Amino acid sequence: MNEFALVWEHRDMILIGFQNTLLIVVLGTVGSLVLGVLLTIPLMSRRRGPALIGTIYVDAMRCVPFLLFAYLLYFALPSLGLDFDNWWTGVVALILYNGAYMAELFRGAWANLPKELIEAGQAYGFTGWVLLRRIILPPVIFAAIPLVGNQLIQIVKDSAFLTIIAVAELTHEATSLQTTYFVPFASFLAVVFLYWLTCLSIESTVGYANRLAEVRR
Amino acid sequence: MTDDQTTMSQLAVQQRPVILEVSGLSKSFGANPVLRDISLKIHKAETVCLLGPSGSGKSTLLRCMNWLEQPDGGTVFLAGQPLGARPGGGLRMRDKELAAMRTRIGMVFQHFALWPHMSVLQNVMEAPVHVLKQTKDEARATAVSLLQRVGLAGKMDSFPARLSGGQKQRVAIARALAMKPEVILFDEPTSSLDPELVGEVLAVMQDLVREGMTMVVVTHEMGFARDVASRVVFMDGGHIVESGPPDQFFEAPQTERARQFLMRYAARNN
Repeated sequence: MNEFALVWEHRDMILIGFQNTLLIVVLGTVGSLVLGVLLTIPLMSRRRGPALIGTIYVDAMRCVPFLLFAYLLYFALPSLGLDFDNWWTGVVALILYNGAYMAELFRGAWANLPKELIEAGQAYGFTGWVLLRRIILPPVIFAAIPLVGNQLIQIVKDSAFLTIIAVAELTHEATSLQTTYFVPFASFLAVVFLYWLTCLSIESTVGYANRLAEVRR
Repeated sequence: MTDDQTTMSQLAVQQRPVILEVSGLSKSFGANPVLRDISLKIHKAETVCLLGPSGSGKSTLLRCMNWLEQPDGGTVFLAGQPLGARPGGGLRMRDKELAAMRTRIGMVFQHFALWPHMSVLQNVMEAPVHVLKQTKDEARATAVSLLQRVGLAGKMDSFPARLSGGQKQRVAIARALAMKPEVILFDEPTSSLDPELVGEVLAVMQDLVREGMTMVVVTHEMGFARDVASRVVFMDGGHIVESGPPDQFFEAPQTERARQFLMRYAARNN
């Protein structure tokens, strides 16, 4: 019980970590959704070049462990002249990595879209970006909502790996607490509870969005 | 109608301007030829029903008319202007040019193809606002009056998922009319409807015929073709086998293949 009291006493550390995790997850979510949508366009392109580049990117991301990718980025970005601190490196890593998964989800939803919906857009004079924005992407996004929800939870879990590049997120703060005071059980259990809370909030938000989307599919 | 009257009305139709023309159209899917050297003229205010067995090429012909299927050979003309290919054939038009011509041709699909993420009203307003660049107020006023005309004023804020098949198809017709097209192409508009819902869609189409809309209709509704069409075009094996006024086609078909088709149809429906 003393262990939990000690964690409570140092709750500031945990809360700073929680704030950082939430901020990183929000930025990672928005960034990976935008990247996912942008990557879906070349993935679905009839032209070979863009489709090949999109596929290579998505496959490359999906076949590398996130932990290693975060490390690579941490060491690679400065050598490319991009001077990000470790916090922003972590956010960029989450976006680049999860954007590939989002793109794959959207690609699947697009491929399952009835062909006539797009043809109706073309038959009525829609082309290019307007066809994409008004006719194709909204039903693709509505169809992908349940799968996007799973990926958002994956982003939360991936954010914990950012401790290895010293981002002051939840896992990192819990690790600091336990190494300083040797309270592993209490500190890790406290952050697991906060991860649960975050994931449950995401699940209920996605569930609500899914109910709204139901009639629009 | 007597034979003389039929001939007179056919002559009158042929004096009207040609809205849509296909000339020497051919199309294959892989090694399978679907259309073989098809030529056809659709005159203003004409209702042409394309009939024929499954796989005869009638839906492909319809889809070639607005280049949803790109023909392998031949030309489509809309009010005398080549559509899809540049004058002289060969080079494909730029997407923007093709899109501009497509706005003058309405299309109603077999499976409705309403945009599911938009309300009924938005479906009807969408292309006038985002393609024709009408103001929202103008497009809304037109959409509301068209939805009243097809009997769906009470469903304007519903989403397509909440409508019956017949209601969806009536929205699709209102969506086509909102573009004020020169011709509307109907691709088996009643084929995916429950039998009791077919009548409400055909009634709206009959109204359009009375109002003088130019229509090309791929259909298996022989009653509609007989009562409403100004001309029936019978296709088989990618060819136009027979073309003529509905009275002649249904009462005295000129070809053996058309006779067989009508006999099979009659046997199935007796």
